[in-house]
Amino acid sequence: MYLSTARATDAAKGVERDRVPDSAAVRGVPATVFALGAVSLLTDVSAEMVTAVLPIYVVVQLGLSPLAFGLLDGVYGGVTALVRLAGGHAADRGRRHKLVAGLGYGLSAAAKPVLLLASTIPAIAAVLAVDRAGKGLRTAPRDALISLSARPGDQGRAFGVHRSMDTAGALLGPLVAFGLLWAATDAYDAVFVVSGCIAVAGVLVLVLFVHRPPPDDGPAGEARVSLRAALGLLRISAMRRICGCAALLGLVTISDAFIFLLIQKKLDLAPQWFPLLPLGTAAGFLALAMPLGLLADRIGRWPVFVGGHAALLGAYALLLSPAGGTGMVVGVLVLHGVFYAATDGVLMAAAGPHLPAGLRASGLALVQTGQAATRFVSSLAFGAAWTMWGVTPAITVAAVALAASAVVALVLRPGSGPGSGSGLGSGSGPVLAEESSV
Amino acid sequence: MSTAARWRILVVAFAALTAVAVTYTLYAAGRTDARDKARPGGPAIAAGTFDLSGRRQILFRNMAWGPHRDHLASVPLGGTGGPRTAMPLRCYKFHTSGGTGVCVQAKRGPVKTFSVLILDSRLREIRRYAAGGGPSRTRVSPSGRMVAWTVFVSGDSYAGVNFSTRTAILDTRTWKLHSNMERFRVIKDGKPYRSVDVNFWGVTFADDDLFYATLATKGKTYLVRGNVSTRTVRTLRENAECPSLSPDGTRIAFKHRVKGDMSALPWRLHVLDLRTMTETATAETRPLDDQVSWLDDRTLMYAIPAEYESDQYRVPADGTGSPALVMKAAQVPAVLP
Repeated sequence: MYLSTARATDAAKGVERDRVPDSAAVRGVPATVFALGAVSLLTDVSAEMVTAVLPIYVVVQLGLSPLAFGLLDGVYGGVTALVRLAGGHAADRGRRHKLVAGLGYGLSAAAKPVLLLASTIPAIAAVLAVDRAGKGLRTAPRDALISLSARPGDQGRAFGVHRSMDTAGALLGPLVAFGLLWAATDAYDAVFVVSGCIAVAGVLVLVLFVHRPPPDDGPAGEARVSLRAALGLLRISAMRRICGCAALLGLVTISDAFIFLLIQKKLDLAPQWFPLLPLGTAAGFLALAMPLGLLADRIGRWPVFVGGHAALLGAYALLLSPAGGTGMVVGVLVLHGVFYAATDGVLMAAAGPHLPAGLRASGLALVQTGQAATRFVSSLAFGAAWTMWGVTPAITVAAVALAASAVVALVLRPGSGPGSGSGLGSGSGPVLAEESSV
Repeated sequence: MSTAARWRILVVAFAALTAVAVTYTLYAAGRTDARDKARPGGPAIAAGTFDLSGRRQILFRNMAWGPHRDHLASVPLGGTGGPRTAMPLRCYKFHTSGGTGVCVQAKRGPVKTFSVLILDSRLREIRRYAAGGGPSRTRVSPSGRMVAWTVFVSGDSYAGVNFSTRTAILDTRTWKLHSNMERFRVIKDGKPYRSVDVNFWGVTFADDDLFYATLATKGKTYLVRGNVSTRTVRTLRENAECPSLSPDGTRIAFKHRVKGDMSALPWRLHVLDLRTMTETATAETRPLDDQVSWLDDRTLMYAIPAEYESDQYRVPADGTGSPALVMKAAQVPAVLP
């Protein structure tokens, strides 16, 4: 409904728009983003239902020894990275974002009821691999859809809306699962069936209510889509800086599992409380994804993105400090939630406007994969450092490296402003194409 | 398609999906009830009483469908296929020795959590500990003083399933609890060893100090010998999981992982002679996943998975003979010699 002329005026009076009260905070967010938020919410309810009950199902119900799962984790990570790049590429070819994302969501939905038939470790591992392939496939096309649907100046709030709906699903999932098990004792198969139903509902919302992004800038758009063109995105200076900084910061990010383990070790937390720790992070993420998305649109995405890493640095500092007790746990989890809220969607919001529309999914996949790859290296390195040097030196080194990397990221600032055009500087060719496209 | 039409389709589809979800949940709830009814051909079970001071008996978790499913049951050693006596004590995992019992119980409620109950010889609860995870192995030392239990702990992450184990050792005389064996010192191949990924499970006691267990690190498993008093374990050899010490303390029965076997149950039943450190494969060639028991110094008893239930078999420990059924529908047996 916004004409390009209207947008120009809008950008001009951007400061004024920012003053509208919070109730209007979602005004610039297109219906497709809400639809994608609903899809992610349903899919996350479905996924987290299974994640919450799977350990106890495997051990108590199937009577299997589940340690074999851990060995496969690294393999999954590598496969997901490749599938993600492929998903982004396939989505850009012929602008099939909706189709590829739908396939990804469909694959994960189909995997849920199949768990009923899987009663051995390799079978369950195979079903989980399919589930993860679906997740890998859909992530970049979905983020590209959000990015292409929202106006460049509203990217932060659009991703904020999506990520908070997504996280709400992750929080609801375990509640639904345990509610079911309370209603029907040991009915793990019912959890899988209901999870499948909810996932199918998510796919339906996608099919019915997610619209293809507005048409691209004509014939040039499709001709450019090739693997070489996707890698060529790194010739865009801003993109190179974003990818490089995301990868660098990924390298100094202690993985979630280790953060929770560090809390657990520090407090000698009883293991039954351990599964609650990720919920703390998710709650912080949920509460702050929207406000920080809005803030990113207002003051710039890069400061918020780097600021998120400052919050992570705060979490490391708390873990290093002599502080203990509930206050320390809450502090670390809140800072960890701030870190996610300020970085996860905001990074996509920062990268999106720098990418030509025709290569949006490939470009976002590139950023995500680079980050995921270095985070994987980071978790191996942190595990090794922990083993060799002990906890405190390992976190200290990680904290120093994180602070240095954040400074580098600030210096390399790719340029991002509340509007689409500001600060793009070099690499403006494709970006100008994007400007004229909507 | 108009927006109104899209909404109509969504409402109808959501109604259909809700119907499927509700119907299946009701069916599943009903099927749970079905397990409370005895199946034809199942073992004869009568309610009765027994305690831990008995002789020549096997106590176990009764898996046969019916009103006594999951209850602690007893059969005489001489008539394991005959009628069983059941008591209304539900134990997911159980072990007893020297007049002390350990029973891992599920707590009622939407979130399935487990408690570890320490029982006296008359099966009365003396102490209770939060298990903090899915129950795995549990053992009591021959004198009845020391108790060990292992649980599976999982960290939550999106579609991520990372398991680790946690093993606790309890002294029932002083009530000193070593809540996490991972704090024990590890001597691997003669050298002090540290790693974040160390896991222990499957403790078996020689006496109130010396024990054997499984250590896993870097994708490999080791048989370890440890002392509670010095909080130290030493690796003995690779690839020997879920050890079970013979009553005379000379041999260890364990799960030997078959190299290259990618199936769900890649283990076979082997016995290690601690004096000669020679390993013998038993005549049982079926795969299994159990911390086995010793019926006597010459005979092993172990679970073979069966539909909904698991059956107990026996085989000579010296590699001779052939497997024979001990009893159907039984788990975690403990022998009162």
